[in-house]
Amino acid sequence: MSTAIDIKGLNVYFGDSHNLFHAVKSATFAVESGASFGLVGESGSGKSTILKAITGLAPYWEGEMTVAGQPLGAKRDRAFYKTVQMVFQDPYASLHPRQSVDQVLSETLRLHGFKDINDRVDQLLKDVGLGPAFRFRYPHQLSGGQRQRVAIARALAPNPKILLLDEPTSALDVSVQAEILNLLKDLQAEHDLTYVMVSHDLAVVAHMCDAAAVMRNGEIVEILSIEDMRAGKTAHDYTMQLLNASANRVATVAAD
Amino acid sequence: MSIQSMTLREWLLSETPTSRRQARLAAYYKGWLTLRANHMAMAGLAIIVLLVGVAIFAPLLAPHDPYYQDLGNRLQPLGTEGHILGTDSLGRDILSRLIWGARITLYIVALVAMIAPIVGLLVGTVSGYAGGWVDIVLMRVTDIFLAFPRLVLALAFVAALGAGIENAVLAISLTAWPPYARLARAETLTIRSSDFISAIRLQGAGPLLIITKHIWPLCISSLIVRVTLDMAGIILAAAGLGFLGLGAQPPSPEWGAMISEGRRFILDYWWVATMPGLAIFAVSLAFNLLGDGLRDVLDPKDSSS
Amino acid sequence: MSTLLDIENLWVKFPTRSGMFDAVRGVSFSLGKERLGIVGESGSGKSMTGRAILRLIRKPGIVEAGHINLHETNLLDLSERDMRKVRGEKISMVMQDPKFSLNPVVTVGDQIIEAYRLHAKASRAEARMKAIEMLEAVSIRDPERVMKAYPHEMSGGMGQRIMIAMMLIPNPEILIADEPTSALDVSVQGQVLSIMDKLVRERGMGLIFISHDLNLVSQFCDRVLIMYAGRIIEVCDADKLHEAQHPYTQGLLGSLPRFDQPKARLQVLDRDPQWRDAASVEGRP
Repeated sequence: MSTAIDIKGLNVYFGDSHNLFHAVKSATFAVESGASFGLVGESGSGKSTILKAITGLAPYWEGEMTVAGQPLGAKRDRAFYKTVQMVFQDPYASLHPRQSVDQVLSETLRLHGFKDINDRVDQLLKDVGLGPAFRFRYPHQLSGGQRQRVAIARALAPNPKILLLDEPTSALDVSVQAEILNLLKDLQAEHDLTYVMVSHDLAVVAHMCDAAAVMRNGEIVEILSIEDMRAGKTAHDYTMQLLNASANRVATVAAD
Repeated sequence: MSIQSMTLREWLLSETPTSRRQARLAAYYKGWLTLRANHMAMAGLAIIVLLVGVAIFAPLLAPHDPYYQDLGNRLQPLGTEGHILGTDSLGRDILSRLIWGARITLYIVALVAMIAPIVGLLVGTVSGYAGGWVDIVLMRVTDIFLAFPRLVLALAFVAALGAGIENAVLAISLTAWPPYARLARAETLTIRSSDFISAIRLQGAGPLLIITKHIWPLCISSLIVRVTLDMAGIILAAAGLGFLGLGAQPPSPEWGAMISEGRRFILDYWWVATMPGLAIFAVSLAFNLLGDGLRDVLDPKDSSS
Repeated sequence: MSTLLDIENLWVKFPTRSGMFDAVRGVSFSLGKERLGIVGESGSGKSMTGRAILRLIRKPGIVEAGHINLHETNLLDLSERDMRKVRGEKISMVMQDPKFSLNPVVTVGDQIIEAYRLHAKASRAEARMKAIEMLEAVSIRDPERVMKAYPHEMSGGMGQRIMIAMMLIPNPEILIADEPTSALDVSVQGQVLSIMDKLVRERGMGLIFISHDLNLVSQFCDRVLIMYAGRIIEVCDADKLHEAQHPYTQGLLGSLPRFDQPKARLQVLDRDPQWRDAASVEGRP
């Protein structure tokens, strides 16, 4: 197996020179191609920022990032976006409110230089479990789960190898979450995808991934396999704390 | 589903449109339904439609030649035989002049509405999306224009370019665009950081495509609302220039110029200045009402209805 | 167990272009000195139920009910003026996101003091004492400092504790908490919940806890109402939630990924159209 994503000593900063915020501190991890890797942590731990840095949405970073064998520089070219795509957290915010499903998908396909757009739109909708009836609807005519399916279809449009998932189900109801997670698993098998999934929900990450990095205050405190995580075999107190908190949420009484 | 088997209304309100055209028409139709439910906005729209109708059919509707002077018949009161709204100081029929003046008013409104918001949209979205020094330069230029008193700046332009309607329009447009630029920039700043812009950037889209196809459609609706609300101000500014003798030139029946002429007799012959004043008031109000209704229809923030 | 609140045949309706939309369809339940959970997915009408009790449904929404009795008083008969007294003094509500519930330009202390003095005729000094006491009750260690702070200087968990403190100052009999912890991180959720739990027990209050999170509700509440499409489809004891009978409840539980029981695929909920039409279950103990 080859390495899909290799990140070494990644630092990411936000803000300007007067007021610099060090969001990710020397993160190092690697993801095999075809694998699923989780990034777990609480809000503000820097887990989503890593995805932003990979995709070029966070411009101030230093370190080494290699994606599908290509070292990343300051700019991402179109070939990069054909390899790496992202699904965002909030399906209510990630679709343009004035564009129909058809417009969103056709434009994406056109940008990637495809010719047979009509057929491909139909195929993409079928891939994500939406029928042709949804093709000409606007986002406000869709439920949260349907919107997220459209967002997944958009990410699949250029036939990427790597999909970055930023809390793809945290804005959805549990029954819809189950549908989306099943869909993501099916798509991974069909299209041979590599996933990097960010989530605050340990159960979701455990369901989807093979290994995960636990993050806190911008640092990766521990990288461990899901089996070890389930067995409670962790070297780090913070991981244990997270595990306890999500298993038994009411009982964790701690003062301030 | 065939179109024959259902009414046009059902076809438009279908939850499962089957073509691009149907989806787009349905979106327009739903907007129209929302607008139609707002009675005040419909009243405003009716007045504006009436104004357009009057302007188009002015030669047929006007009972007299608006320029025909009859000094023996001057300053006739309301309800005079043949002159329902009376006559002015040169014996011209006020109603006919109002009807012909509708053309001038519409002309001014349309030209300003074409120029100012488009300039503002261009400056604002480019400035907001580009950020950095482009933003700083464009916004400081906007600030300079904003810092001038509007009518005084317009006066200066007219003085430099010469009096006349076209120059008045140009002057008003040049002073009217900065608020639109500000508005467009503010909208762009919030839109720019949203997920759907990030998503299209991840498809490799360049700034030009993002600004024109993704940011403009969302800015334009709030600009349209703002323009309709500003229409009253634009009409008044044109009337003000006319009043000061720097806009439309006599004997043109521009409403502001008519008030200016009637001013001398306002105490004894009040209707000469009041009738064009009422016309300006009605049209300004109509645009305001329509603008309020359009805001409900076009506001992208609650398009979930 | 004495009944604090009894609701009979509650409907919440919204007129839309395509006719009347019923968000809540004939719900009856009662609340004693207990922790009552209301669970459901988005659109199930759970939040609308909570808001309807306090008559917080905005026009053009319509609230209809046989009665909403707080002890012997029917809240539907009260004037808006009397209703304002009920809100806060008798029934308080904690919303999802503290950021939107606190005034950003007033210090936390002033807001709590103001809230207290609205209900009790107390001097500023007395109100201040009371505010500090309340902040201590919600496990805020340094209440003097927090009193001087502005809401944006607080973390989410801190903000929510301040909201709870504010809501509890006038000593209400009933607290309605609408997703009070879903904007918070897991570790903070635990703290906020245990504080809420302690206060409700100590003061003998009734709690209506509205949430989408089945596991949370089963751990935290005494009794659970499960809502679907505006109706209550099942009522059960919280500790027996995992033995629930209704296929919808079972489906919801099955669709959750379990940390301790890995499975290849998650169970997908098949919605039976009959669930929507089945009569609402009465939620009285």
